Amino acid sequence: MSLPISTSSTAGLVLAAVFGTLFGVLLNKGRVTQYDVIVNLFRFRDLTVLKVMLTAIVVGGIGVFAMMHLGWLEGWHIKDANVLALILGGALFGVGMVLYGYCPGTGVAAIATGSLHALVGFFGMIAGGIVYAFTYPWLQQHVLGVGALGKVRLADVTHIPDIAWWAVLAVGVALLFRWLEKIGRHATVS
Amino acid sequence: MASEKSSSLSLRASSWSPYAVGAGIGLLSWLVFLVVNKPLGMSTEISKFSGCATSLMTGWEKMVANPYWAKTTPAFGYSTVFLIFTAIGAGVSALLGGTFRLEKVPALWSAHHGKGTAKRMAAAFVGGMILLYGARLAGGCTSGHGISGTLQLAVSSWIFFAVLFAAGIVTARLLFRNPNTAE
Repeated sequence: MSLPISTSSTAGLVLAAVFGTLFGVLLNKGRVTQYDVIVNLFRFRDLTVLKVMLTAIVVGGIGVFAMMHLGWLEGWHIKDANVLALILGGALFGVGMVLYGYCPGTGVAAIATGSLHALVGFFGMIAGGIVYAFTYPWLQQHVLGVGALGKVRLADVTHIPDIAWWAVLAVGVALLFRWLEKIGRHATVS
Repeated sequence: MASEKSSSLSLRASSWSPYAVGAGIGLLSWLVFLVVNKPLGMSTEISKFSGCATSLMTGWEKMVANPYWAKTTPAFGYSTVFLIFTAIGAGVSALLGGTFRLEKVPALWSAHHGKGTAKRMAAAFVGGMILLYGARLAGGCTSGHGISGTLQLAVSSWIFFAVLFAAGIVTARLLFRNPNTAE
């Protein structure tokens, strides 16, 4: 069978179930389906989320980078760098994430772990999507095109090659984790 | 809750080491890129649920006439199954690990804002609304930008990550500032 497998095929849907299940198990075992764990990241009381994310980025990124250079992948999946939209969207996302206590993926996962407020917030997310669609024509005209840099990567704008980025990120993250484990402020408070 | 030292990676464990979980998500992203050539993502699919909800009120034709849903047309597919099974995976993991429990008001929230259910639910609803609006505006969420995008060293995703972190810190300071609580 040749890769990649079409996501609209039956095999693609079966894989979606497998990948989704793995993702859900990982989110739950990583404790990021818990409201307190997510909110306490932003209060520097519990750095679980940071550890999960940075490890995922470094492990995932180095692997994807290697596979790309081996010619195993078809290409990058880079989202447009619309700077104004990213700043406004990121700011709203940060506010929403603390108020809701989840991000979209962990919120969906948390519903099934018994979090009733995650379910209510899921309906809020659906409402937010509706509001977005109705404001989309206006945003297209006034926001999305402002500071549009296109699908650029750090290596494109800085002229520092990927391998150097990964060396710095991997060493930086490793040192950060070592330091965190040393000072022990990562200890959960709950 | 006792702070668990998670030495085993059994499904019966209440939690795993965050480094093991992060490495697992990293490995999962390799698989997903390689096998289906797709990054991990969640918020686009939720906005398709929004389209479905809208079509219940306006009818399908009017809904897909909206330029956003004309571009991101709701349809059952890979991402729908992925979303549903993310919930199933988390639910099974919580049941096996003994961490499943019905929660209306989380401890941290009630320590600062009281035990009232209505207040917490209103905050969750409004928070969810702002969250998804922001995700769509930025073109992704913690999965699409925060993991899949940052690991490809996308400029957009690192900007998003930095801004969301800063905004979250400010919001948390304003929302959880009560000095009389230990939490």
